[in-house]
Amino acid sequence: MNSSHPLIQLTLVRFREFMREPEAVFWVFGFPIILAAGLGLAFRNRPAEVLQIAAVTPQLAAPLHAEKLLDVRELSQPDAVAALRNGKVALVAEPGANGSVVYRYDDTNPEGRAARMLADRAVERAAGRRDPVASSDTLLREPGSRYIDFLIPGLLGMNLMGSAVWGAAFGIVDARRKKLIKRLMATPMPRHYYLLAFVLSRLVLLVVEVTVVLGFAVLVFHVPVHGSLAVLGLFCVLSSMSFCALGLLIASRVQTVEAASGMTNAIMMPMWICSGVFFSAQRFPDTMQPLIKALPLTAIIDALRANMLQGAGLAQLAPQFGVLSAWLVVCFFVALKLFRWR
Amino acid sequence: MRRLRKTYKDVVAVNGLELEVRPGECFGLLGPNGAGKTTTIEICEGLTPADSGDVEVLGLNWQSHSTALRQRLGIQLQETQLSDKLTVLETVELFRSFFHQGPGAMAVIGLVQLEEKAKSRVGNLSGGQKQRLALACALVGEPDFLFLDEPTTGLDPQARRQLWELIEKFKLSGRTILLTTHYMDEAERLCDRVAIMDHGKTIALGTPRELIASVCAEHLVEFSAGSQAHPLDLTAVSAIDGIRDVQRENGSVRMQVTELHRAVPALLAELGRQSVPLTELRTHSATLEDVFVTLTGRHLRDE
Repeated sequence: MNSSHPLIQLTLVRFREFMREPEAVFWVFGFPIILAAGLGLAFRNRPAEVLQIAAVTPQLAAPLHAEKLLDVRELSQPDAVAALRNGKVALVAEPGANGSVVYRYDDTNPEGRAARMLADRAVERAAGRRDPVASSDTLLREPGSRYIDFLIPGLLGMNLMGSAVWGAAFGIVDARRKKLIKRLMATPMPRHYYLLAFVLSRLVLLVVEVTVVLGFAVLVFHVPVHGSLAVLGLFCVLSSMSFCALGLLIASRVQTVEAASGMTNAIMMPMWICSGVFFSAQRFPDTMQPLIKALPLTAIIDALRANMLQGAGLAQLAPQFGVLSAWLVVCFFVALKLFRWR
Repeated sequence: MRRLRKTYKDVVAVNGLELEVRPGECFGLLGPNGAGKTTTIEICEGLTPADSGDVEVLGLNWQSHSTALRQRLGIQLQETQLSDKLTVLETVELFRSFFHQGPGAMAVIGLVQLEEKAKSRVGNLSGGQKQRLALACALVGEPDFLFLDEPTTGLDPQARRQLWELIEKFKLSGRTILLTTHYMDEAERLCDRVAIMDHGKTIALGTPRELIASVCAEHLVEFSAGSQAHPLDLTAVSAIDGIRDVQRENGSVRMQVTELHRAVPALLAELGRQSVPLTELRTHSATLEDVFVTLTGRHLRDE
C-alpha cells in the first residue's frame, strides 16, 4: 500500500483537519489534563481535618484542649450559639446541671457528630475514664485508593467517548452540510473507505491521547497501573471503535451541525451522570444497575478501573468486553443501514 | 460510443426529457433557476435516481456499470465546499487517489494554473481559484466525459473568462462536456449545441446560431418615445414593413427587425409624423437571451 491509496489519503485528511483545528486539539488533549489537575488539587490528601468547636466556660475548655483533632474557642453562650448557627463551629460545649456537660450540635452534620465523639472522649478521659480495650490505628493513604485514582480512569473513559463521538458525528455532518459527501460519492471512492477513515484516524489519535492523559496521571499523581498495558490498550481501542460507531449512527441522517450537537449531548449527558465518571455508579438504585451496566461508558470505565487499580485481566473483564463489542456491532450496522450518502 | 440518451418522467423537476450528447461536443443545458437543469445533470451523473426512463452514459448504464463509469467521468457539482483546512495539493492528491489513471496531482494543478497556490489552504483561495480547484478535482481522473454544473456562478467577469479558457482547452482535447448554466453568454461562447429548459422540459434544441435564427429576427430595437400628453400610437409602428413582435415593456417599446438600415429610418419617420419626440433608442444583435425571452415571455432572472 503506497501513500496514494485512497484509504491512506482519506485518513490523512481526517488527521490533517483535526490537527489544523487548534481548539479541537485543546479539547481532546489539554482539557482532560486541566480537569485532572484541578480535581486532583481539590481532592488532594490532606491531614485529617481539625474540627472547630466552642466551649462556654474555661473549665470545659481546658480538657478539650488536650484533643489534638479539636480546635477549641472560648465564647460567651450567645456568641457560641450564633457561631454554631452560621457554621463557624461544629459543636458548642455548655455546662449542664450537677456538673454534667451539654453538647449542642446538628446531628445531621457529620462534622457535628464527629466533634461530639471527640469532645466527649476528651472530657471523660480528663475526668478519669480508662478504656478497657487497647486500640491503635492503621492509616490508609496508599496510591490506588485515593479519589484521584478513582477519577483518572473515569476521565479517560469520558475523553475516549467525547473525542470519538464528536469527531465522527461532527466530521460527517460538516461534510454533508458542505455537500462534500455528495462530491466524494461522485468519484469512484469506495464508500466503506470513507467511514473506515474516521475509525483509523481516531485510532492513531487515540494512542497520543491515552499516552498524554495516562502519562500525566502516572507522573504527576502517581496513579497506579496494576493491570497489563496490553489489556488496557485493547479496551481503549475497542471502546474508541464503539464510540466512533455511535458517532456514525448519530450522524447517519442529520443535516445540520446544530442538530448533531443536540443529539450528541442528549446521548452523552446521561452517560456522564450515570456511568461513574466522578462518583461510583453503585450509588444509583439497584433497579437501575442493569441499565447502567449496559451503557458503553460504564463498561469502559469499569474495565479501566478494574485494570488499573485492581490489575484485572481479560477474563475478569469479559462482561465489559461483551457490552462494548455489542455496541460496536449494533451501532455500526444500523448506521450503515441509515446512512444518507449526500 | 459516447451517447447519452434518456426519457423519464418526474412530476416535480424533470418532465419527460429526451436528450443526446454527441461524442466530442460541448453540450449546454440552459434555463432559469428551478428549470430542472441540476436534477437532469445529477441523474446523468448517477447521483440521483430517475423515477422512470433510461440514462446511458458512454454506452454504459448506472444500474450495472457504476464502478466503471465513475472512473471515466469528471464531475463538478454546484456549491461543493472543499475542506478549508487542506491545501490545494492535498485536496487534489485526495481526489487523485480515487482514480486508477490520470496525470499527477501537480500536473492537474498546473493545468488550472494554481501552481503558486499549491501549498495554500483552500480556505484562503478566492472564489475563482476555488472553482478552478473544483475543476482540477473533476479533471484529475483524465475523464472521457466532463460534467460541469454552473461552473461560473458567482464569479467576477475576469474569473469567468479564465475558467472559460480552461474549459475550451479541455474541449480541444476532443472529449465530451455537458454543462449547465443560466448565463446565455457562457453558453454562446462554450457550447456547440444547447438545449433550453424550462419547467422540466426542453423548449429549444440546436446550435446557438440555429436557435437565434429560428426564433428571432437578427436585430432587436428598444426605444422610448412619447409622453402622457402625446402618447405614441403603436399600431402604426407595428404596420411598418420589416418590424414584428412589438411589445411594450416598462414604458419603453421592444421589437424585432430583420433589416436595421431600413427599419430605423422608417421608425423615425413614423415618430416624426406623429410628432412624438424620441427619448431613447438602442439596438443590438439577437443573443440566446433574446431567444429565451421570446420563448418563455420573461427575462431569465425575473425569478
